[in-house]
Amino acid sequence: MRSATPWSDVLSYLVEATGETLYMVGVSTLIATAFGIPVGVWLQLTARGGLRPNPVVHRILSFVTDLGRSMPFIVLLVALTSVTRLIVGGSIGSTAVIVPLAVGAIPFVGRLVQNILSEVHVTVVEAAITTGASTLRIVRSVLIRESLPALINAIGVTVIALIGYSAMAGVIGGGGLGDLAIREGYQRFNDRILWSTVAWLAVLTTVIQLGFTRAARASDRRRHASV
Amino acid sequence: MITVENLTKSFQGVNALNGVTLDVEAGTVLGVVGPSGAGKSTLARCVALLERPDSGAIRVDGTDITSLDGSALRAARRQIGVVPQGDSLLRQRTAAGNIALPLESAGVPGPQRRTRVGELLDLVGLTDKATAYPDQLSGGQRQRIAVARALAANPSVLLADEPTSALDPETTGSVLTVLDRARAELGVTVLVVTHDMGVVRKICDDVAVLEQGRVVEHGKVLDLVGDAASRTSSALLPAVDLNPINESSYDRVADVVLVGFAAVGALLPEASHRFGVELNIVGGGLTRLGETPVARFRLGLNGERSDSALEWIGEAGGAVQRSLKGPQGVAA
Repeated sequence: MRSATPWSDVLSYLVEATGETLYMVGVSTLIATAFGIPVGVWLQLTARGGLRPNPVVHRILSFVTDLGRSMPFIVLLVALTSVTRLIVGGSIGSTAVIVPLAVGAIPFVGRLVQNILSEVHVTVVEAAITTGASTLRIVRSVLIRESLPALINAIGVTVIALIGYSAMAGVIGGGGLGDLAIREGYQRFNDRILWSTVAWLAVLTTVIQLGFTRAARASDRRRHASV
Repeated sequence: MITVENLTKSFQGVNALNGVTLDVEAGTVLGVVGPSGAGKSTLARCVALLERPDSGAIRVDGTDITSLDGSALRAARRQIGVVPQGDSLLRQRTAAGNIALPLESAGVPGPQRRTRVGELLDLVGLTDKATAYPDQLSGGQRQRIAVARALAANPSVLLADEPTSALDPETTGSVLTVLDRARAELGVTVLVVTHDMGVVRKICDDVAVLEQGRVVEHGKVLDLVGDAASRTSSALLPAVDLNPINESSYDRVADVVLVGFAAVGALLPEASHRFGVELNIVGGGLTRLGETPVARFRLGLNGERSDSALEWIGEAGGAVQRSLKGPQGVAA
């Protein structure tokens, strides 16, 4: 048995891995949100009872979205290697992981967003229509603004999910906390690193979740409902 | 100002509207009433341009707006302010923000928008609630904000779909007052769809009764109440037959409808005096339609010239609805 890794080394491992995880998850969340919200809006617009109902487009979009969501991330990670190389110029490292993470998360965000937008009451949407508002304005000022708290929560859910997915980043050398726990902790029988990482992941996800919940609540004007 | 011509609309083979024709004069309030399933909501949705009729026309200022698309459709929608049925305010926006929505759609610049929103808050009496969110307002206040929003872009027509259906009688009054003010102060033409005859009683100049997708009665409220056979009169006037009376104690028994201060106050004593008949009010009562007092009385008359007295009342502007007893029955 080797002697346990000094705490100072554990800490520097954790700092580095946290940086990698936040980088991978942060950038891919931004990309997934930037593309996922339009996908969700499009899904909702073309849905039955939407502002621009179009069964054909809706069905195709739904199919692609669900296909994307059902793909195991580890498969996506290796399947997208050539695409990744094309986009970021390489197929290993943290930056390379961002591509499959974002691609995997877009349909996830899209479906979440559509479900949220569909909750905006039809009376409210129709009231906006009768004011002569354009579809774009209704999407922005009504659908998205009215659902903002739920959308912020959905992004929070996405971040947590992506932290989970990013644990597989080690497969293509992406690093991060999951990789640390598996490679340095589990595979090298280093319990100190393994359990420190697990504990730190628990803290990190809790803090992130709390942050998004707070932000969602701060954006919600319905909090006085009990008055 | 707004006319509806021969409007038809069916859903899956069921005719909701069967050739509805209506005409609302500029600056008046028309109440469209009828039982549920009569087509009121469909009519409202067609006029709100949320539903396209199968055939027929809706004209605002002579222009048919049923076949428009794109920006022309959006412009037409701004011509018709809509107070939708149910809660329709954006819950993430303040009262002022909600009222501003149509102005944003119309591209009105910020400073003018704020001025206009201020005017409308004043019109609906909620200036102190400008920064309140819908959840901080009562149902009646929310509905008044919805009326203000509908009026924001200066529409020529205001359509209110069941504006009081979710409200208690007191708040109903405040919402109706606001609709009435909109007509009086902005000269807007109002079309209010409702199942509540109380709305007609309080603010409507005209009424249209819808049944099975057809207009079965359409006219001025004050004209229709004089017609014993009209649904409007039976719905709005006091009942005359609450107490059974002994008809044999009178020479003549008749129902009369009197409209306006002068008629209600003076016609009966005058008739009694002129013809020397004894004139008893044996049933009915007094009500108010808008600002106008209206009475429906069941009269028991005694005296030789009872028939002449009834005839005179008819000529002087009272509607003698029926003679229950006596040879000179005027339709029954």
